[in-house]
Amino acid sequence: MRMPDGGPVQGEILVRGDGIGVRHGRRTILHDVDIQVCRGEIVTLIGPNGSGKTTLVRALLELEKPETGTVERKAGLRTGYTPQSLTIDRTLPLNVRRFLEMSGETVSDVLSVMLASVGAPNLMNQEMRLLSGGEQKRVLLARALLRDPDLLVLDEPTANVDIHGQMEFYDLIRRIRDERHCGILLVSHDLHLVMSATDRVICLNGHVCCSGLPGDVSTDPAYLELFGEAASAVAVYAHDHDHHHA
Amino acid sequence: MPDFVLYALVAGIGVAVVMGATGVFVVWRRMAYFGDTLAHSALLGVAIGFLLGINVNIGIVGVCLTIAIGMVYLRSQRHLAEDTLLGILAHSSLALGLVSVSFVSALRIDLMTYLFGDILAVTPADIGWVYGGGTVALGALAWLWKDLVAITVHEDLARTEGVNVLRTQIAFMTLFALVIAMAMKIVGILLVTALLIIPAAAARRFSRTPEQMAVFAAIAGSLAVALGLQGSLLWDLPSGPAIVVAAALIYVISLTLPARRAA
Repeated sequence: MRMPDGGPVQGEILVRGDGIGVRHGRRTILHDVDIQVCRGEIVTLIGPNGSGKTTLVRALLELEKPETGTVERKAGLRTGYTPQSLTIDRTLPLNVRRFLEMSGETVSDVLSVMLASVGAPNLMNQEMRLLSGGEQKRVLLARALLRDPDLLVLDEPTANVDIHGQMEFYDLIRRIRDERHCGILLVSHDLHLVMSATDRVICLNGHVCCSGLPGDVSTDPAYLELFGEAASAVAVYAHDHDHHHA
Repeated sequence: MPDFVLYALVAGIGVAVVMGATGVFVVWRRMAYFGDTLAHSALLGVAIGFLLGINVNIGIVGVCLTIAIGMVYLRSQRHLAEDTLLGILAHSSLALGLVSVSFVSALRIDLMTYLFGDILAVTPADIGWVYGGGTVALGALAWLWKDLVAITVHEDLARTEGVNVLRTQIAFMTLFALVIAMAMKIVGILLVTALLIIPAAAARRFSRTPEQMAVFAAIAGSLAVALGLQGSLLWDLPSGPAIVVAAALIYVISLTLPARRAA
């Protein structure tokens, strides 16, 4: 049995958005977006800059209230979230341990084990603002996982990470899903890695252009139109930001 | 030591401790200009206090709070850049304060006191206000501390972890208004922000945790009050500005000392 949008049936629905519309001032960021994430699946949102990926994620996390549509979350849903970027003011002295403790977990051994499990075992006493891009992403992931989330939301977890690091990171994310059986919603730019590491892809550009299994999406005309040559090239891609669908 | 010097020292240190501990957030959250805006609006609070015949401190807290909440609202509307908005509020409220003060004849003489403070005129009643208000402020700060640090690091992250961001922000604004009302008598409207940010800046290089930085800032501020008062007595300097100059000197000296390294 398959879901209407082509994804395999997974566990219970963790979060579900119906007809989500968001406007910032006069600009329509999102309209009529339907999305759901189930336990045990990795769903990836792709789309050009300004396509509303982060806004959609914020709506699902209830950080922003959509003007139209509804967001339903499983009762008592625990979410772990890694934002796209984290800028800690230079004047704020804060090491990794303190940062992780903000999750509510303060037992030192638990923190160490978690940090090791995301591949960053030696960072405990580092200053947060001195971490490299990749290290910061791992620490953010550790903080999200410390909350033992049902739903893990990762906003561009591999931005500023080199290609080798990106592959490692996707392996890590898959392992997390297998071990914890949580749902994972991923926002990404890395088309090819995403295609191989994801159960379901949603291609967004203000609305859902297409969605489904990675293999189906990658041959979908809407996807090819949106990503053009990049859909077949590996590294950089150029795309049209202002295209419209009828 | 004459009584008035003792009163000045006791009140000044009380204010400096509260301002140091609050000031670290002003630095981390880049609210220096916001602090200026609230301080400038305080003069309007003084005038309203006199005109309505209520306690001046209550007038100040009331006006500062109104401006702070107005600021949170206007910022959410995103019509103007934040610094423009603050500039409008800061200067129009200072001007409105000066205009209103001219209606109160008794205040005309005292204008300099409000602008630059008069710590040497502190009375035991003022000390009561400083320590009463200061205890409330520090208690509130301790209560808010964890959530405030969390939203300073990342607002959305804090919110997904269950922090009530709006409530925390409003509580901090209230605290901020209270601190400014407390501090006005000591350093005056025009220099209040200095005692919030300079001790915190001086504390940065020696601090490994947010809490340490707050404690060091409180100590640096107290030291500035003691040194500034001393200078004021020795060389007959205006006391408020002397305290700020002392704080600036402490900051400069802090730059020459070796920083503590992370373990």
